[in-house]
Amino acid sequence: MYKIIEKKVLSENVKQMTIQAPLVAGKAQPGQFIILRIDEKGERIPLTIADFDRKSGTITIIFLEVGKTTQQLGTLNVGDVIENFVGPLGMPSEVKKYGTVVCIGGGVGIAPLYPVVKALREAGNYVISILGAKTQNLLILEKEIQLYSNEFYITTDDGSKGQKGFVSDVLKQVIDKKGTINMVMAIGPIIMMKVVSDVTRKYNIKTLVSLNPIMIDGTGMCGGCRVSVDGKTKFACVDGPEFDGLKVDYDNLMLRNRRFVHEEGAACKLVGVVQ
Amino acid sequence: MSVRKTKYEMPEQDPKERIHNFKEVPYGYSKETAIEEAKRCLQCKNKPCMKGCPVEIDIPGFISCIASGDFEKAAEVIKAKNNLPAVSGRVCPYESQCEGECTIKKIGEPVGIGRLERFIADYERVKGAKIPQKVTSSEKKVAVVGAGPAGLTCAGDLAKMGHTVTVFEALHGPGGVLMYGIPEFRLPKKIVNAEVDYIKKLGVDIRYDMVIGKTITVEELFKEYDAVFVGTGAGLPNWLNIPGENLDGVYSANEFLTRINLMRAYEFPTYDTPIKMGKIVATFGAGNVAMDCARTALRLGAEKSYILYRRTEAEMPARIEEIHHAKQEGVEFKLLTNPLRFIGDVQGHLVEVEYQKMQLGEPDDSGRRRPVPIPGSEEKIHIDTALIAIGQSPNPLIPKSMKGLTLGKHGNIVTDDDGKTSIPGLFAGGDIATGAATVILAMGAGKRAARTIDAYVKAKK
Ligand SMILES: Cc1cc2nc3c(=O)[nH]c(=O)nc-3n(C[C@H](O)[C@H](O)[C@H](O)COP(=O)(O)OP(=O)(O)OC[C@H]3O[C@@H](n4cnc5c(N)ncnc54)[C@H](O)[C@@H]3O)c2cc1C
Ligand code: FES
Repeated sequence: MYKIIEKKVLSENVKQMTIQAPLVAGKAQPGQFIILRIDEKGERIPLTIADFDRKSGTITIIFLEVGKTTQQLGTLNVGDVIENFVGPLGMPSEVKKYGTVVCIGGGVGIAPLYPVVKALREAGNYVISILGAKTQNLLILEKEIQLYSNEFYITTDDGSKGQKGFVSDVLKQVIDKKGTINMVMAIGPIIMMKVVSDVTRKYNIKTLVSLNPIMIDGTGMCGGCRVSVDGKTKFACVDGPEFDGLKVDYDNLMLRNRRFVHEEGAACKLVGVVQ
Repeated sequence: MSVRKTKYEMPEQDPKERIHNFKEVPYGYSKETAIEEAKRCLQCKNKPCMKGCPVEIDIPGFISCIASGDFEKAAEVIKAKNNLPAVSGRVCPYESQCEGECTIKKIGEPVGIGRLERFIADYERVKGAKIPQKVTSSEKKVAVVGAGPAGLTCAGDLAKMGHTVTVFEALHGPGGVLMYGIPEFRLPKKIVNAEVDYIKKLGVDIRYDMVIGKTITVEELFKEYDAVFVGTGAGLPNWLNIPGENLDGVYSANEFLTRINLMRAYEFPTYDTPIKMGKIVATFGAGNVAMDCARTALRLGAEKSYILYRRTEAEMPARIEEIHHAKQEGVEFKLLTNPLRFIGDVQGHLVEVEYQKMQLGEPDDSGRRRPVPIPGSEEKIHIDTALIAIGQSPNPLIPKSMKGLTLGKHGNIVTDDDGKTSIPGLFAGGDIATGAATVILAMGAGKRAARTIDAYVKAKK
């Protein structure tokens, strides 16, 4: 049993929780994730580690309430417990000194980007961060990420904050202005990572993306999380979740992530959740 | 007196009924039938059946107890060697183990040793299993990684020897394949749980959510434990490596079965994990895993459930009983077919598989005749779900994370017959060492390793 010791509402439908999980916190590194199961009847869902504190033995997760499980998770409060919380899973981010790096986070993808930004800055990189969201209210962790960024940009689809448009627009401007960019890290909706990779491919910039396929065990046993990278089948839970963004088959990932939309819809209706 | 040439039948659920439920198929022997079946045993002095038993059960011994109606004594004889008899009594391929060696086979069907083991295990479970008296503690601590049949057997035996044993399991429940792979209608989960409870009552502590190599490393285990046993199984699914394998509708057998068995997707939405089932399902492969997939598909409402296999029925690796049950339930076998590609519609949903007809050619290394394609024999059939059940490889998580560990060419951990690996103090057994095999071989390996570990920790200062 894993206790919730802090809970915050970050934006509409986006919640942050700090969970007591000393063994996971002891090993966690940026880029890794956990799998949780709320109770005996629950499904197992992966969530990227948004922050960790080895001293207090805690892991912070941030999630968007999209389906039955995340909705239910959102109703839990400080003091409640989660039945299973396993990790840290997956390979850590490739954190090293690249030179100038651009870190792009979209929507709730900003959460897992945060520990990577922090680590890249601490590794001596010049960090340019670009955060994007549909609208101002959906932006999260602005201050935290800005603190570790040498340059910081915001875009919103509706122009309610920062530049109106997409993160890829700002990315192009940054690349044109800076000349050399040594690495681009992008975490967010699949379509965002795809568009970002389309841009960086033109400039031949090393691009890392963090993928979020449907998972069950997280140990390489089921193959449900498989993604196609450079024409080869990889398991995101053990080989990833970070992959070479220029080589990922995003269309297949989008398709595979919609595998249970119909069933998920049915489960949500039962608990009265609007998708 | 002449011996009856056939086994007494075990009553079972009508195939027409059972394809609509997940209840167990065979009902097991009654007391009377069990005694009659036990009387078929010739009580051979040289006990040939025991040679076929990896966990060394005194088979004629327990059968003679049944014949004389002393079921409790029979249970004691079995439990002296086997910690999980209700499990092995259901899923063991007896035909190639104990029953394969039975003397009566010369004139007819062997004694139904498996059915008798099952009968006794069920009899004892209902009555409440006797827990052996604790021996004095050895003050030695052993860590067991993986709560599958290999790990559970090793842990149970070590506890009986007086060692303090902790099992570390990655998933949220015990049993390994017994829980996530083998379906409810073949091995009810409450029976697995009861056997695991017995192991716990022997004093074994099982900790879940522990991915060794991630949450805790093996090196860290060595700081706290005198020895480590690795029984992490063959979890890694193999693929056909043909085009279209990532389409929506193509599952590995493991994903399909895990959703249904471990996560109980067949009780969705009471349980949260979904499964999307089509109407026309094709399973690739012909082992136990494939039979389980094809039969599960029927129970989830598939109108057609095919098995596509490259060779013929004679080469099918599944237990005879599984093939028999699959046929009874209406699974359609398309033999000598080799899939070439999966075809999707514009949205990427599986709609067809193209395959090629095969014929048997020269024998290969395994002695089985190699299937060779018949040119120009390509065909397509409409399917909406494909289940890939062509085998699993050893789980790479621990092998990859350990320096100095000798691995075999399939990524398996190399051990000697007693479970020793290339690292002192580290032992392994079950599918992680042999590659995907059987429950009973995994249990046998766990048992031998327990003896080796016992000697090792006792010798250790
Ligand atoms: C669907 C199916 C049907 C089968 N039917 C039969 C049958 O009828 N008869 C038969 O004899 N055999 C059958 N088999 C084969 C049999 O189940 C296996 O040979 C047997 O379970 C192997 O046991 P094991 O203990 O080595 O591994 P497993 O049962 O695979 O158990 C390994 C355990 O280790 C855990 N683990 C893995 N990695 C880690 C880690 N890093 N840290 C912690 N824990 C970890 C896993 O989660 C798992 O619980 C079947 C297999 C399948 C998949
Ligand atoms: S989640 Fe099952 S293999 Fe990755």
